[in-house]
Amino acid sequence: MMELYLPVVWALIIAAAVAFYVVADGFDLGLGILFPFTKEEAERDQMMNSVAPFWDGNETWLVLGGGGLWVAFPKAYAVIMPAVYLPVIVMLLALIFRGVSFEFRWVAKPTHFWWDVAFCGGSTVAAFAQGVILGALIQGIAVADGRFAGGPFDWATPFALLCGLGVVAGYALLGAVWLIAKTEGPVADRARAQGKTLLIVVLGFVGLVSLWTPLGFSRIAERWFSLPNLYFLWPVPILTAGLGLLVWRGIDRGRDLAPFLGVVALFLLAFLGLAISTFPYLVPPTLTIWDTAAAPASQIFLLVGVVFLLPMIFAYNVFVYWTFRGKVRPGEGYH
Amino acid sequence: MDADALLYARLQFAFTVSFHIIFPAFTIGLSAFIATLLVMWQRTGVERYRTLAKFWTKIFAVSFAMGVVSGIVLSYQFGTNWSRFSEVVGNVIGPLIGYEVLTAFFLEASFLGVMLFGWNRVPPWLHVTSAVLVAIGTLISAFWILSANSWMQYPTGFEMRDGIAHPTDWLAVVFNPTFPYRFLHMVVACYLTTSFVVIAVGARYLLAGREEMQARTMLKMGLGMAIVLAPLQAMIGDAHGIKTLEVQPAKIAALEAHWEKKEEVDAAGHGVPLILFALPNPSAERNDFEIAIPRLGSLILTHSWDGSFPGLKDFAPEDRPPVWGPFIGFRIMVGLGLLMIAVAAWGVVEWARGALGRSRLFLRVASLMWPVGFVAILAGWIVTEQGRQPWIATGILRTADAASPVPGTSVLATLILFVLVYTIVFGIGVLYINRLINRGPTPLEKEPEGVPNRPLSAAENAGREVFGGTE
Repeated sequence: MMELYLPVVWALIIAAAVAFYVVADGFDLGLGILFPFTKEEAERDQMMNSVAPFWDGNETWLVLGGGGLWVAFPKAYAVIMPAVYLPVIVMLLALIFRGVSFEFRWVAKPTHFWWDVAFCGGSTVAAFAQGVILGALIQGIAVADGRFAGGPFDWATPFALLCGLGVVAGYALLGAVWLIAKTEGPVADRARAQGKTLLIVVLGFVGLVSLWTPLGFSRIAERWFSLPNLYFLWPVPILTAGLGLLVWRGIDRGRDLAPFLGVVALFLLAFLGLAISTFPYLVPPTLTIWDTAAAPASQIFLLVGVVFLLPMIFAYNVFVYWTFRGKVRPGEGYH
Repeated sequence: MDADALLYARLQFAFTVSFHIIFPAFTIGLSAFIATLLVMWQRTGVERYRTLAKFWTKIFAVSFAMGVVSGIVLSYQFGTNWSRFSEVVGNVIGPLIGYEVLTAFFLEASFLGVMLFGWNRVPPWLHVTSAVLVAIGTLISAFWILSANSWMQYPTGFEMRDGIAHPTDWLAVVFNPTFPYRFLHMVVACYLTTSFVVIAVGARYLLAGREEMQARTMLKMGLGMAIVLAPLQAMIGDAHGIKTLEVQPAKIAALEAHWEKKEEVDAAGHGVPLILFALPNPSAERNDFEIAIPRLGSLILTHSWDGSFPGLKDFAPEDRPPVWGPFIGFRIMVGLGLLMIAVAAWGVVEWARGALGRSRLFLRVASLMWPVGFVAILAGWIVTEQGRQPWIATGILRTADAASPVPGTSVLATLILFVLVYTIVFGIGVLYINRLINRGPTPLEKEPEGVPNRPLSAAENAGREVFGGTE
């Protein structure tokens, strides 16, 4: 029994960690992607300041996602990482440029131009690489004898590149609605305009991926369109469209928090959709969560830690977000 | 797995892990120093401590960012470059890394935000608490990493099933026999390294005739730590060495460049010499040239005059670690350790005579001591990691069998990228730290070169305060 349920529990934990990462670091990275659309140094300061106390904690979810995959599904980790070797390393290098920019940019002032470039470039490339990795996972990985058996550029398909662009647009949208919630003045005004454009672009990408996956991969078509699945799954696209409308109206009516919450819900729904498409495969189309699970003793050992520590982690995350609540105004940080 | 890919993967890991360890080594010590300063400020109300804490927090922020981004690389490299390792020992090592994330990373990352930006946003006690929690977080992180590394050095509490390691006793896994030595040795090394950075910065200001009060405080606090820790580290190192002889005798033979078989030493009864310097020749299984002190090796490692321990010839050639890295690394580490003891003693003598800061020679030497701890740490890690070869996890998996099925060209290409990016980014980071040190704890109240459009930059130098806010 344990062998049956433990991998499901761990799949849920890792999915939650990845979802947290995508939302939380998504808006951090999104700010970076939106950096070039203002030339004003004060506005860039304001944008960066709105996430400076949080970005490190947000990025930690990426370590939990990757580390969790290793702990709970070592055989999947050992297949996926070599398969997406180049995009993962490019992502890590991009995150280096993005991460150090938070500190270097301030020390370098007034000659910080290149750190603006590094922040924007690092954020954009990291987002793109994450999308490519996602696409590579969805489209499947060549496996023989439980090991990666493909080439170094297997991931580089039009579908994966489309996913890369989709994630860049998605993070930019998250960044824009974050700025609506956390800033005032010209930055927030611009974010409202950007938010609407990006919403349309992102919904376009969601639509494309939703069409491409069932058309391109029969296992996904079967999952969605066979009966009785269709009865349970038809609300997913309807909800997506409804949420899109809600976000649009939230921006239109000058609401601060509603657009952000709406986009987060949109992301979670898209994430759920992809999970429906791939479950129970961790390495589609061959290895399931049960094929790749770690020893139950190992999964239980860390599960105990998760049960006790994750609530604490949530608690101090809430504490930090509460401490730095409110708006960042032009030309000032938190006071 | 071709031989080139393996070599590139090893070079890549050696490069990225060596670069990474510099930053945690510094931030483990520095966070404790900052927390101490803040607690002292809160206890005594002396503003100097708070000024110093603010100053070092700027440097901490830059170092910590570099530690975070270079650390995330490592957590993914287990999978990208060492997928067989991930698979074979994942059941055991994976949860240890998982616990590091859950107990340390989130703690550090969350309270770092408050520590860096909360100066005027939370009550002082909460800010001080955040700094203490960050310092504790770095220690917890070291705990798990050293536990995992020690397990790879000498695995216990597991059994092999179908070629995969399965845990049988978690206490034996986490608190494996060499872990306490390694953990203490590393934490003390971090604190010692940071002490000498603090000493060096204090000495630098005194030489330049600036920041007099702050500099004296730094010098005294640094020396106070160093005079206790430097000799203590020698004792921990000695105990660690004796434990290593018990569980990893081949490593000791390599770092001593000791070839002779144990039985030959026993038969001759001449003990093992301590080799001060030598040119080891692995293919001829001897040293081409050596300067040695008879019997001192026996005395140090067996605490007896004619004790003996295995030489490299006691191990099959394919089970021997390389000699040069451990041998030279060990001599550098011990040499620098002795240097630290000497400089700390010199400084304390000056201090006791009430003459601290009067001897320019001492200040000059002290101001040059900042890299010493880092070099010693790197040398020590080379000793222990190369000394573990040819195993990645001793007795379970050889390094040669641990790599990912990735073509050599991919690994080489990313290796080149890592070298380029790390050299540029972390090189500039070190320059920026130097810039912050030049600005000093009490920056002059002047406009930094021409940024009129930033209202707050007029009063404050390092953008940190733009955020922390001071009005």
